[in-house]
Amino acid sequence: MNKIFKYLFIFIWSAFVLTPLSWALVTSFKPPAAVNNGATFIPWLQFQPTLDGWKDITGISGYANLFPPLINSATVTFFSTLISLTLGCMAAYGLSRFSYGWKNYKNPDIIFFFISQRIMPPAVLAVPFFILLKSLHLLDTKLGLVLVLTSGLMPIVVWLLVDFFNQLPKEIDEMAMLEGCNPFEAFIRTILPLARPGLTVAGMFAIIFGWNDLFFALVLTFTNVQTLPVAVVALNGTVTPFWTLSASAIFSILPLVGLAFVVERFLSKGGFAGAVR
Amino acid sequence: MDSLELFDEGCAVSLNLSQISVEGESEVILKDITFDFKPGKIYVLIGRTTSGKTSLMRTIAGLLEPTDGEIHLGDVRLDEVPIWERGIAMVYQQFINYPQRTVLNNVEFPLLRAGVSKADAKAQALAMIEKVGLTEFINRKPSQLSGGQQQRVAIARALVRNTGVVLMDEPLMNLDYKLREQLREEFRVLFKGSENRVTIYATTEPSEALFLGDELLVMHEGRIIQHGKPDSVFENPSTIDVAQIVNDPPMSILDAEIRDGKVSIGNLMSFAAPAHVKSQKDGRYKIGIRASEVVLGGSGSNSEQGEVSLSEVSGSETLLYVKLNIGEVVLQLEGIHDYYIGQKVTVSLAPDRLFLFNLDGTLCAAPGN
Repeated sequence: MNKIFKYLFIFIWSAFVLTPLSWALVTSFKPPAAVNNGATFIPWLQFQPTLDGWKDITGISGYANLFPPLINSATVTFFSTLISLTLGCMAAYGLSRFSYGWKNYKNPDIIFFFISQRIMPPAVLAVPFFILLKSLHLLDTKLGLVLVLTSGLMPIVVWLLVDFFNQLPKEIDEMAMLEGCNPFEAFIRTILPLARPGLTVAGMFAIIFGWNDLFFALVLTFTNVQTLPVAVVALNGTVTPFWTLSASAIFSILPLVGLAFVVERFLSKGGFAGAVR
Repeated sequence: MDSLELFDEGCAVSLNLSQISVEGESEVILKDITFDFKPGKIYVLIGRTTSGKTSLMRTIAGLLEPTDGEIHLGDVRLDEVPIWERGIAMVYQQFINYPQRTVLNNVEFPLLRAGVSKADAKAQALAMIEKVGLTEFINRKPSQLSGGQQQRVAIARALVRNTGVVLMDEPLMNLDYKLREQLREEFRVLFKGSENRVTIYATTEPSEALFLGDELLVMHEGRIIQHGKPDSVFENPSTIDVAQIVNDPPMSILDAEIRDGKVSIGNLMSFAAPAHVKSQKDGRYKIGIRASEVVLGGSGSNSEQGEVSLSEVSGSETLLYVKLNIGEVVLQLEGIHDYYIGQKVTVSLAPDRLFLFNLDGTLCAAPGN
C-alpha cells in the first residue's frame, strides 16, 4: 500500500515537472501551423517536425546564434565554480577543524557571516558591484563576472562543506599528522579524497547557480560578454516565434541536464560508499 | 624531518614528563604530572573514564597543548616539536584507519611519509600485516573488515614504524568480550622485542592491566595517584580510590570499628581481628573487601543476612549486589546463577582478606599474599 502511494506521488510529481519541458521540446520542432491551429502533441502523427526553430538559434538562419553565449556561460561558470570550490573547501576545512575568533565571535558566527551573503537580495549588490567593476575596468569582461559570481557561490560551498567535514572523524587528520603530515598535507592527502561526494554536491550547486545567473550578467555585462540566460531573454517574445523560443529554452538547459545524468551516475555508483563508516 | 628520522632510528631513550598540567576552559584536565617512562617497558594507565588517561596521551602526542610543564624524549624538548615531526604512534579507542586506502596502503602510509623507499615500505608493511594476521585482506578497504580486524590494521599502522613511543588508548574498548581476550593475548607477543620503545597503554580494565603491564599508573581526576608493579598496586592500594579503580567489580567498602581486638562491622558482624589488622589502634575505620572474597552462606560472626539488590551476568560470572544493614557488598560467583531482586541471602566475609583504610581513605593494613 505504502509502495503504491510512493509510486503515485513520484508519477504525479514527474508529470508536473516534465510536462512543461516536454511541451517546450515538442514545440521547438513544430512548423507554424502546428502551433497556431490548436493544440498538437505528437510529432509525425499530428504534425510534420521541422528544424526551423533550431536553425533560428544556431545562426544557420534568422534570429540569433546562441553558441558564443553558450561558450561565455560555460567559461564563466567553470572558473567561478573552480575558484569557489578551491577556496571554499579550504575555508570550510579550517572552520571545521580549527577555532578562530575575536572576543565573542567564534566559528559559527564566521559561518553565519558567509551564508548571510546569500540572505541579502542580489539587487542590493548591483550598484556597488557595478561601481567596483567600473573602477577596476572589469565591466563587460568575463573576469569581472567570474569574480562577482564567485562571491555569491563561495557561501554555498563553504556552508555545505563545513557540514560535510564535520561528519568526517577528526581522528583521521590527527592520525595523518601523527604519521608525518603537516596540517595542509593531512587535508590534501587524507581528508580531501574522502570529501569527493561533498565536493561533487557543492560543485553541482555552484554550477547550477552560476549557469542560471541572469541578474548579475544582465547588469554587469553588455555586448562583449553575453551569457546564455541574457541571450535567451534577449530573444524578444513579440518578434521571435514560439518554436524558436522553445528551442532556445531547451538549448540553454541541455548542458545542465547532461551534467546531472553524469553526476547522478557517479553518486549512485558509490561515490559515498566507504567514506563514513 | 630531521627529528623524525632521529626517533625512527628507535634509539632507546626515555620519555620524561615534568610537572605537566593541562587546564580546560573551566576545569583542570591534568594536574602536575611528573613521570619518567623507560624504554622497553609497557606502562599501563588505569583509571575511570574521565580520569585524564586520554588527555595525557594526547598531550604526549601533541594533540593537546600543556598549559604548564615540559616533555622530553631523550635530549629533545618534545613539547616544542610539531606533531608531525614527533614520531609518535597512537592507536585510538575508535577504529581509525584511512577509509579510502586498502589495508596494505594504510600500513604503508606512515613508512612512506617517513621517507622509506616504496619497495622497503611494502615489504615492511606486509611483514607487519602478517604479524597481525591480516595477510588475506591486504586489498580490502577498512570498511569491509570487522571491528577487530579494523583495530588490527590500526595497530599494525602504529607498530610498523619503529617509533620511540607508542600510545594505545583503550584499543580493546569497543570490541566484544571474546575478541578482547584474544587480542590481549596477541598484544603480549606484538609488544615483545621492543627494547627501544616506550609503550603506554590506557585501559579501564584491571585484568588487562595485570596481564600486560610492566608498570601500572593509577590515574584519578587528572593525577597519577599511585604507580608501581601491577601486582604490588593490586595488593597494596594506597587509597580507597586506587582500590576501587584496580578492582573490577569495585571493592566493597563498609564502615567498621576496631575495639579490644575485635572488628565489628555494623552491629551484627563482629569477629576477632585477623593477624594483619591486630596491631592497629582502636577506633573507627573503613574496610574494603574484594568481590571474589565475599561468599554466600556461612553462619559465623562474620556473616549477615541481606537482600539481593541487583544480579548481573558478566561473561561466565555472576555479580551479585547484596544490601546489608550497614551497606552494600558485591559478590563474584563463578558460573551463571539466577537470583531475583529482594531474595534473602546470607553472605560472609573472609576476615583475613580485609583491607583496612583510615577514614580519610589512606591504606592502613593490607592482607598481603
